[in-house]
Amino acid sequence: MVEVKKVEYWRWPETSWVNPDIDWKKGKLVTAGVDVGSVSSQAVVMVDGQLYAYSNTRTGSDSPDSAWKCVNMALEKSDMKVDNIDYCIGTGYGRVNVPMAQQTITEIACHARGANFMYGPEIRTVLDMGGQDCKAIRCDERGKVMKFMMNDKCAAGTGRGMEVFADLIRVPVWEIGPRSFQIKQEPPMISSTCVVFAKTEVVGLLQEGMPENDIMAAYCAAMAHRITELLNRLGMEEKFAITGGIAKNEGVVKRLEKELGVKSIDKVWHDPKMQEKGLPFDTQIAGGIGAALFAFAMLERGKAQSARKA
Amino acid sequence: MISAGIDVGGKNVHIVITKNGTILARVGGPTGINKAEAAEQLYAEALKQAGLKREDVTQVVATGSSGPRVTFANGVIPDAAADARGVIKLIPSARTIIDVGAEEGRAIKISPEGKVLDFAINERCAAGTGTFVDTMSRALEVPVEEMAKLSLKSTRSIPMNAQCAVFGESEVVSLIHQKTPKPDIARAVHDAIAGRISSVARIVGLEKDVVMIGGVAKNLGFVESLKRDLGMEVKVPDDPDFVGALGAATAAAAGVLEEKVEAKVVEKEKIEEGKA
Amino acid sequence: MLANYGFKDGSGDWFLSVDTDKCNGCSKCVEVCPAKALEVGADEYDPFREEPVVKVTAGERKKLRYTCAPCRPGYGENPPPCAAACEFGAISHSDGWKLLYGQK
Repeated sequence: MVEVKKVEYWRWPETSWVNPDIDWKKGKLVTAGVDVGSVSSQAVVMVDGQLYAYSNTRTGSDSPDSAWKCVNMALEKSDMKVDNIDYCIGTGYGRVNVPMAQQTITEIACHARGANFMYGPEIRTVLDMGGQDCKAIRCDERGKVMKFMMNDKCAAGTGRGMEVFADLIRVPVWEIGPRSFQIKQEPPMISSTCVVFAKTEVVGLLQEGMPENDIMAAYCAAMAHRITELLNRLGMEEKFAITGGIAKNEGVVKRLEKELGVKSIDKVWHDPKMQEKGLPFDTQIAGGIGAALFAFAMLERGKAQSARKA
Repeated sequence: MISAGIDVGGKNVHIVITKNGTILARVGGPTGINKAEAAEQLYAEALKQAGLKREDVTQVVATGSSGPRVTFANGVIPDAAADARGVIKLIPSARTIIDVGAEEGRAIKISPEGKVLDFAINERCAAGTGTFVDTMSRALEVPVEEMAKLSLKSTRSIPMNAQCAVFGESEVVSLIHQKTPKPDIARAVHDAIAGRISSVARIVGLEKDVVMIGGVAKNLGFVESLKRDLGMEVKVPDDPDFVGALGAATAAAAGVLEEKVEAKVVEKEKIEEGKA
Repeated sequence: MLANYGFKDGSGDWFLSVDTDKCNGCSKCVEVCPAKALEVGADEYDPFREEPVVKVTAGERKKLRYTCAPCRPGYGENPPPCAAACEFGAISHSDGWKLLYGQK
């Protein structure tokens, strides 16, 4: 079989947005959070703790370049420049390589803070599944971390695990969720706990003639089970929020909610004004929001100095 | 007396037929999807190799992760028991056994009589097994049989950060893009698994002679990495991937059709329930 | 705050947990760890905490299963050296390692 074009089944579109209602020049403190993940990078800019701009981009092979790309993309529709930022905090897997950041904070702390901002102070459990990791976080009403469990070692509970599967069955990753429900009956989940062993199992099922949609259901169910185990091990408390790329995969989310017996909170801004204005709600910017908020708090509490150049 | 040992592993089946302690036939092949069928077919081949008929074999004992699937076996013994019997027969001075296969690894401490005193199992994760080498060899575009020779050409050790076969593949690809010499990458792969295996081996304590068996023992590059990590000599018998089957055949010859290698940790059962 | 260092994968729970409310940064555990896997420094998960706290070094977190295995957490009655050294009981291990052991 000859393949002329290499189709990439894991690609999704990049986005950016600027708040038309905020005049940043009238604000006091401009802070930014740059979350450089292994697969995606986000930049979030806030003015006095209000969401001003953000971007969601693909991480390239170079962390500093990825940081610049997402920051520039966040600001391209605005007249703000990087030099106008008072304080910037880097987070995520590539945080030590964020050239415009004055400080770094772990993504666990940032996701808890960000989820608290996005979903509200009722949030007590945050699940974030990124490209190469999976984090379960318990937080208090201020978004402060109480305990956490992270896996960034094993592909099985991560976005990568889903991408490997998408490549194997040659179905774009964003189609897997919806198609996994176009089945007659829920099949048993993939039993291998390791992605490498699971691949062999999937090949066996394909050979046995199991319909593709059923295999997708089995794989999503296995991933949902992995996450349920992690959350139960940590201890769940409502309200429960899901951030990161996995929130966009209904095939995993619905099965996860069913197994946990807990529904995740609706993807709606806690601040009704933001919801009314139709500000786009992107679950992947929680880390960047948290970092920008930490930057704001550090300046307000006098724990950091403004690094504004212009 | 003629006996047979059938070791059905995650990737391969190994069969040994013995007569009064001498090996008459030795056959190995892929387990594939239908394990019972693979065992049957390879057993037929082994009998042919030995010039025997089914009725000539007095006892058949199976072992391996899918040992219980062997329909024609008279008995099944655990891997640790089979390994112990096989190794002590070949190397009487053995006191620590390290067995690494395609999907599992184990370390076994044995007495001078070949009795299992303690063991530790490394399972359910490809990173500590032969599958890790297979996956990395594909990323390196090198047949897995060539990995040993390639790694032995390396003159320096570089770290491998990924602890997972999936992430490891990406790391190998990125090392290749950075123009890292392939021998160094191959050695890094072996060093990485050797580190994992040796830490599991330390659970049972390292007493010499340390003997390595299982499919991965055929990879002399890995064995070198293991010796370096353990800081000890490691003996590898000929046909190390057949030692489990030999041990099963030895058990069969002794009329041992089942053997308990006991887990005396009471909590283990409770944890097993919880983990499902 | 309970900081669980390590990971949970399909093969089990591999965590060294630090109860940061109990830790005073005395470093006794750091000294006794044969794998040099512990260090005392700023709390990564509470950016506003002033006192230093013990944590697992970044390089060991993803392979904690293998880092801690030789000390045999949960193998017998005796805790691993780090937990034994802590007079406040700030360090504990999860059950994962118990699944590796064949017998006591």
